[in-house]
Amino acid sequence: MMTPAPPSHRSHAYWLLDPDPKSELQARLGSLYRQWLILRRNPLAAMGLTVLGLLVALAILAPLIAGYSPIEQDFTARLAPPSVHHFFGTDEFGRDIFSRVIYGTRITLVIVLVVVAIAGPLGLIVGCAAGYFGGLIDTVMMRITDIFLAFPRLVLALALVTALGPGIINAVLAIALTGWPPYARVARSEALVIRNTDYIKAARLSGCSHARIVLGHILPICLTSTIVRVALDMSGIILIAAGLGFLGLGAQPPSPEWGAMVASGRQFAFQQWWVSAMPGLAIFVVSLGFNLLGDGLRDALDPRRR
Amino acid sequence: MKAVPSAAAEEMDGLLRVKNLRINFNSNGRTVEAVRGVSFTMGREKLAIVGESGSGKSLTARSFLKLVQPIATVTAERLEFRNIDILRQTEKEMRRIRGSRITMVMQDPRYSLNPVIKVGDQVAGAARLHQRISRGEARKKAMQMLNSVHIRDPERVYELYPHEVSGGMGQRVMLAIMLITDPEILIADEATSALDVTVQLQVLSILDEQVRMRGMGLLFISHDLNLVQRFCERIIVMRRGEIVETVAAADLRKSTHPYTRGLLESAPRIGGPRTDLPVLNRAEG
Repeated sequence: MMTPAPPSHRSHAYWLLDPDPKSELQARLGSLYRQWLILRRNPLAAMGLTVLGLLVALAILAPLIAGYSPIEQDFTARLAPPSVHHFFGTDEFGRDIFSRVIYGTRITLVIVLVVVAIAGPLGLIVGCAAGYFGGLIDTVMMRITDIFLAFPRLVLALALVTALGPGIINAVLAIALTGWPPYARVARSEALVIRNTDYIKAARLSGCSHARIVLGHILPICLTSTIVRVALDMSGIILIAAGLGFLGLGAQPPSPEWGAMVASGRQFAFQQWWVSAMPGLAIFVVSLGFNLLGDGLRDALDPRRR
Repeated sequence: MKAVPSAAAEEMDGLLRVKNLRINFNSNGRTVEAVRGVSFTMGREKLAIVGESGSGKSLTARSFLKLVQPIATVTAERLEFRNIDILRQTEKEMRRIRGSRITMVMQDPRYSLNPVIKVGDQVAGAARLHQRISRGEARKKAMQMLNSVHIRDPERVYELYPHEVSGGMGQRVMLAIMLITDPEILIADEATSALDVTVQLQVLSILDEQVRMRGMGLLFISHDLNLVQRFCERIIVMRRGEIVETVAAADLRKSTHPYTRGLLESAPRIGGPRTDLPVLNRAEG
């Protein structure tokens, strides 16, 4: 498009905020940019995004940053306090806590991603199907959801892991299986409204099967509200993963899982505080970051809150 | 005006044969008869069903697609579409008829198009649902279809979302969705009632053109007697779930049936007297 250059020194922002976009790409990028501006105006959300960005960077660049192996033991440097050599000190096996915390970001990120990848779609499908079909299917599915919601999440996850056996895969499974009911609730309430619209009737009229209507017509509309809900839930996922690790049911030693690291430092908590405090601090910062980002995302994505 | 086909000719050419169709709603032990013994035969023609709200016209049409609410029971001595007994079809068999051989356009395009899917993809999707064709072919077919419902710039319109098109264009897109599979019967359920008068005429002329070009049957459900008289060939007047009379469109004004007369007289006319309009006498009989 050869339009005269706008009289602005920040032409890219001018192009993005053009109220009369020339192409769909420009409109889409503009809309994203506006959402980014809303996100940026909220300093807490920006902080959350920074923390998350840092987390991803650390996870990818772990071997370059860590300096030590996360599992190699060095008994000459047991329980050393924080110093220039060991920023966060060392633990009872002489392992560098800083390196372990850095490598731990990988475990945390993988847990969060896998849990979201299982619980999100599961909750979405259950909720959309329950809302769309109604009647007996709705009653049965929602009562199952109620049963899951009746237990505190950590207790239910604990019971599941104990039944399945400790380990990181089982911990992830347990967290995912206890995590889907809220998403099902959110999706169902939207599906209940959508099922009675004319375009769903029109889809039936044109010969769509029930499965196609649920997956192709209802699910995409319920997606936005579920994404916001998932974003707000991520810090909870981290805390439960850490909780399971702390109780020895999550990642098994010697893998550098933060919850397990906090647990191993319990016996030295008063003399060698850094063994527990450093991974604890990591859990705190990361879950706070996810929470702030979730709040920011909700404000940016939800048109009702503008 | 064309001559009305004789009853024998209809029987030969019958696309849809309905005999003694009854639809009952059962709830809480009470039974409400919504359609009470409707019989007619439809060929490749423009047939209108008119009647007041609640006279059972939409319900009758929906029963041909077997899409009535689950609490309704449908019975008929005969409900045949091209020698297919609709009442005996399974849900899976019905899905091959719905949207492919019998299609239906609903009242308001603002609500009958999915708001989160591009209109072009909705047209292409209808084709892919019933025909084994690739994404690219479907897209090409959708473009042609949009063109044939007089959308001038199909390349641009294809990429639009429903909220970005006008009511008239939305209804033309809806027509494209319902015509892309080359149906034998198109049911238009108040398809132009939500549009303003000038747009209504555009959509009707497109509908007329398509029906004639494809030689299909059109079942036009409406409560607008004037429109139906100009647009259709035969008119069925329904009341309380029963057929009051069937007349050729040309003879509608000459109808002597008291109910039809009542309907005609309760509609205002430009240049008519400015007195109170007569009200239908709804007393039984």
